[in-house]
Amino acid sequence: MLVLEKNALSEEIEKLVHQFGKDRSALLQILQAIQRKHKFISDFAQQEVARMMDIHPVEVNSVVTFYAFLCTEPKGRNIVRLCQTISCDMAGKEKIKETVQRELGISFGQTTKDKRITLEFTNCLGMCDQGPAMLVNEKVYTKLAPEAAINILNEIK
Amino acid sequence: MELEKTISKKRSGPVLFSEYKLGEGIKKALEIGRENILFELRDSGLKGRGGAGFPTATKWMLSAASLSDQKFIVCNADEGEPGTFKDRVLLLEYPELVFEGMIIAGYTIGAKVGILYLRGEYEYMLKSLEDFLATLRKDNLLGENILGNSSFNFDINIRLGSGAYVCGEETALIESLEGYRGEPRNRPPYPVNTGYLGHPTVVNNVETLASVPHILLKGGQWFKKHGTDKSTGSKLFSVSGDCDKPGVYELPWGTSIAQLLEIVEAKNTKAVQVGGASGICLPKSQFNRILGYEDAATGGSIIVFNQSRNMLKVLKNFMEFFVEESCGQCTPCRIGNIKLLEAIEKIEQNEFTFMYLNNLKELGKTMQVASKCGLGQSSPNAFISILENFKEEIFGLNGKGNGNGKA
Ligand SMILES: Cc1cc2nc3c(=O)[nH]c(=O)nc-3n(C[C@H](O)[C@H](O)[C@H](O)COP(=O)(O)O)c2cc1C
Ligand code: SF4
Ligand code: FES
Repeated sequence: MLVLEKNALSEEIEKLVHQFGKDRSALLQILQAIQRKHKFISDFAQQEVARMMDIHPVEVNSVVTFYAFLCTEPKGRNIVRLCQTISCDMAGKEKIKETVQRELGISFGQTTKDKRITLEFTNCLGMCDQGPAMLVNEKVYTKLAPEAAINILNEIK
Repeated sequence: MELEKTISKKRSGPVLFSEYKLGEGIKKALEIGRENILFELRDSGLKGRGGAGFPTATKWMLSAASLSDQKFIVCNADEGEPGTFKDRVLLLEYPELVFEGMIIAGYTIGAKVGILYLRGEYEYMLKSLEDFLATLRKDNLLGENILGNSSFNFDINIRLGSGAYVCGEETALIESLEGYRGEPRNRPPYPVNTGYLGHPTVVNNVETLASVPHILLKGGQWFKKHGTDKSTGSKLFSVSGDCDKPGVYELPWGTSIAQLLEIVEAKNTKAVQVGGASGICLPKSQFNRILGYEDAATGGSIIVFNQSRNMLKVLKNFMEFFVEESCGQCTPCRIGNIKLLEAIEKIEQNEFTFMYLNNLKELGKTMQVASKCGLGQSSPNAFISILENFKEEIFGLNGKGNGNGKA
């Protein structure tokens, strides 16, 4: 990471700590904001959060690694999460999985070479009456048919 | 298809999906005062809709009685139980009921701050919910001196989860709000005494809170007319799986599974999972059972399976869910769920003995008593009930041999 980038990130985290406060109860919100923007929370970011909130870096790391939507390694610009739980499974999730994998040339758990998309599974999205369901970043798509799923993925930048 | 943005209220039901005008509930609450609110609630017999079924009036009374300069109301919108989506409908279509329920709770127990813990998966709702809160503030239903009542200040903020089912457990939720890993605490102490930041905290499900305005307006006696003696009022059921009309239904408690299947137009039904992955799986012979705290209890999840479904695959999907979602803090749950999943894989490969499976059922029973929180206490339910109720399908046995060589 370049020094300039590091400085920018530190500044950004400082702003977040200012916005949400230095109390421990602000930690998750701060981490969520970093995750939302960068799609991961780097070691350096974790150290900076720890330093500015006066807690041990291990504390920050243990929180980041607990939550499925936070991660420590870089991912694609867009995170696509297909629901793997029972109702979506019965509604045809396997078909969507196969089509999407074939189209993007990657498996679930992987990121496209151009860093455009990371594919993941997730558990029940609360859309079980309209499965198969999928999140693209924070947006939810339901009643997916294979072709429709591909059209949605083709549209994201 | 992206979620429809325009929402029209075309639903109808006895309580939650009945007519309501914004602000009515709060006005009524301020008019009748704290004691009468608690009286009506107690009279209504309302129990928690999030799964555990604790009497709501008792929870509110305990926290109203505790002395503290700070108290909190937390609305549990973590809705992560597989097959549950009724809180989504309430938050999107009936936010006034949810937020007014929180405001009334705040007034009753003397809290100034309410927190809506919204699961990360529902982030797409954040904007509309924030906008709705702004409307409430403009109408003086939220904020300082609510409806001109100089002693009543209450505001609500929304906090997001980050994809962890266990954070729906109330003490894990509080840990998460406090900025820690969402690991359940030992109870007692209960949140009503020692909750968020150590202060008395009422944690209620979205649906529980949404029921309160209607109860105050029409009375506990009216609410009680719906449902059964032990399960008063109505319930939202989230129905998915093999049926022609999946969706959210408001029905009185005491409705039988068979009746529900008819309403949702399910055909050739083989099994019904009541209560989500942590619930139980009922075969056709038990469809006469009723939905209620006293019989087939559920936070609202109903998943329907028709004759074409492979019940072992269903069970495997549930166990994979628990292996992923266990917080790993206590051994019975962390190791136990993995062992139960291994057993399912062995059955799939036809590499098991019945002695081994019986041992695992015993392990399941140990998990039910020895796990620290409801996740590990209920994750063996599906394993035990599916292997028991569908053994003919899974093991190809009819189980009816009587030792004389005749079937
Ligand atoms: C693993 C687990 C997950 C839970 N998830 C939820 C949930 O998503 N929503 C909810 O309201 N209650 C959930 N609960 C129950 C809560 O711990 C708590 O009992 C409930 O929020 C209390 O509200 P109520 O009395 O209004 O039902 C969960 C419990 C466990 C053990
Ligand atoms: S039962 Fe499971 S989820 Fe609950 S505390 Fe133990 S390990 Fe965590
Ligand atoms: S099972 Fe996929 S949204 Fe619930």
